[in-house]
Amino acid sequence: MSALNRIYALIERQWVLIGGSWPRLVDLFYWPLVQISVWGLIQMHVFAEVQSPGTVVLAAVLGAVLLWDVTWRSQLGLSLAYMEEIWSRNLGNLLVSPLSPAELISSLMAVSVMKTFIAMIPAVLVAAVFFGFNLFTVGLALPLFVLNLVAFGWSISLVAAGLVTRYGQGAQDMPWALMFGITPFCAVYYPVEVLPDLLQPVAMALPPAHIFEGLRALINEGALEFAALGWAFALNVVWLGGGVLLYAWMLRSARARGALTQIGE
Amino acid sequence: MGPSTGPNAAPAAEAVGLTKIYGGFTAVNSLSFQLARGETTALLGGNGAGKTTTIAMMLGLTRPSAGAVRILGYDIAADGAKARARMNFQSPYVDLPKRLTVRRNLMVYARLYGVPRPKEAAEAIAERLRLSEHLKKPTGALSAGQATRVGLAKALINDPELLLLDEPTASLDPDSADWVRSELEAWRARTGAAILMASHNMGEVERLAGRVLMMKAGRIVDDAKPSELLQKYGRGTLEEVFLHVARSSGEEDAA
Repeated sequence: MSALNRIYALIERQWVLIGGSWPRLVDLFYWPLVQISVWGLIQMHVFAEVQSPGTVVLAAVLGAVLLWDVTWRSQLGLSLAYMEEIWSRNLGNLLVSPLSPAELISSLMAVSVMKTFIAMIPAVLVAAVFFGFNLFTVGLALPLFVLNLVAFGWSISLVAAGLVTRYGQGAQDMPWALMFGITPFCAVYYPVEVLPDLLQPVAMALPPAHIFEGLRALINEGALEFAALGWAFALNVVWLGGGVLLYAWMLRSARARGALTQIGE
Repeated sequence: MGPSTGPNAAPAAEAVGLTKIYGGFTAVNSLSFQLARGETTALLGGNGAGKTTTIAMMLGLTRPSAGAVRILGYDIAADGAKARARMNFQSPYVDLPKRLTVRRNLMVYARLYGVPRPKEAAEAIAERLRLSEHLKKPTGALSAGQATRVGLAKALINDPELLLLDEPTASLDPDSADWVRSELEAWRARTGAAILMASHNMGEVERLAGRVLMMKAGRIVDDAKPSELLQKYGRGTLEEVFLHVARSSGEEDAA
């Protein structure tokens, strides 16, 4: 019960920050709205030019745009909440309180889910109203896709948080750099087979590649590929477990090097 | 691992052979000391003497290269959570989130430390530290002195049995600093808590501390009451003792 109280304390702290600041609130859903608007308009223009309905391809791309943003938001939701504690020089206070690192990470994951939902609702509505794409037509597979992409976002943010904890604010661009670096291999907007042969195994080691292959199959052929989902779940166990272990290792290394007394300076 | 002698019988803190080596540099060299409950101990030394590293190891923020820290009978490395619930600290090297109000910050820490009725606890500690009128203000909007008092309020929110303070009155004007010292003295007398305080303010040390641990180059070179130190070095004030120790060579210390 006391662990839940401690987790709740940090969730409430983040919630108050978001609710009490309209720029923070706008910042959450601004980029997903820009993304879906740009991609929706590009697709409308392309299909008007080639005078082809292209409805199915359009749906696959817009679905991918929305779901990839879920990954981004979940990753940034956790990373930025963690960075917030570093920027405000509060991490030291938290680490000497009864809050355990596992409770800290759990609270940040909850904050990430909260922020992801706030961020995605306007983009999903815009896709439905202006571009005729209803994300919920994906059906019962949608929560499974979202769960996998959120979990992958967390694993990347744990790597970034670990690097910032160990190497200080010099590594604070990691949350963005890691996600941008990994994007080409996630086969978000194109099938894995588009990648050079040498890089296809890299893509297949990433859970999002299986999710987006599954999304395309579902939208194009109406078939849910259970094998793709299974691979995504299995790989996420490895990635998330790796993220947790790396964060724990970096935290241990930061304690050994005395880096936590200077963090945030 | 549980407390070896029972949590109520154990000293407030105990360092055994505490050592920290960074690369080839020994920041803290085999410190051993105990802090009794109800006692205020000052940790003195020049810059780089190893005070902050010692406090960081006692908090569990920095892992010792050798030795161990026991807080209230609990090994900080193995049983840190149990120890941390019953201790607290304040330091100018950490802050509270600036955008949150004073009340919200204190409520967050009341919850983290398992204090019942966080809102009432936040208001009570704010009243004790003359912060009630600032409860609704963002913490970042406070003056340095007010922010220091909020940091102290956070450090006292759980009525800790061991309080670690790093320069507790560094940014306070003389009047506020004097008031904070009185409040700390009264709080310690009332609760029987132990305080370990790093400070460069010798007047503050003379007033608050019943015992001084003087550090130099990572070692404790003196462990005595302030009056005993004045007698030992034949000086009139702790500041003169501090300057003598800080400027003397190792051979003189040994002599």
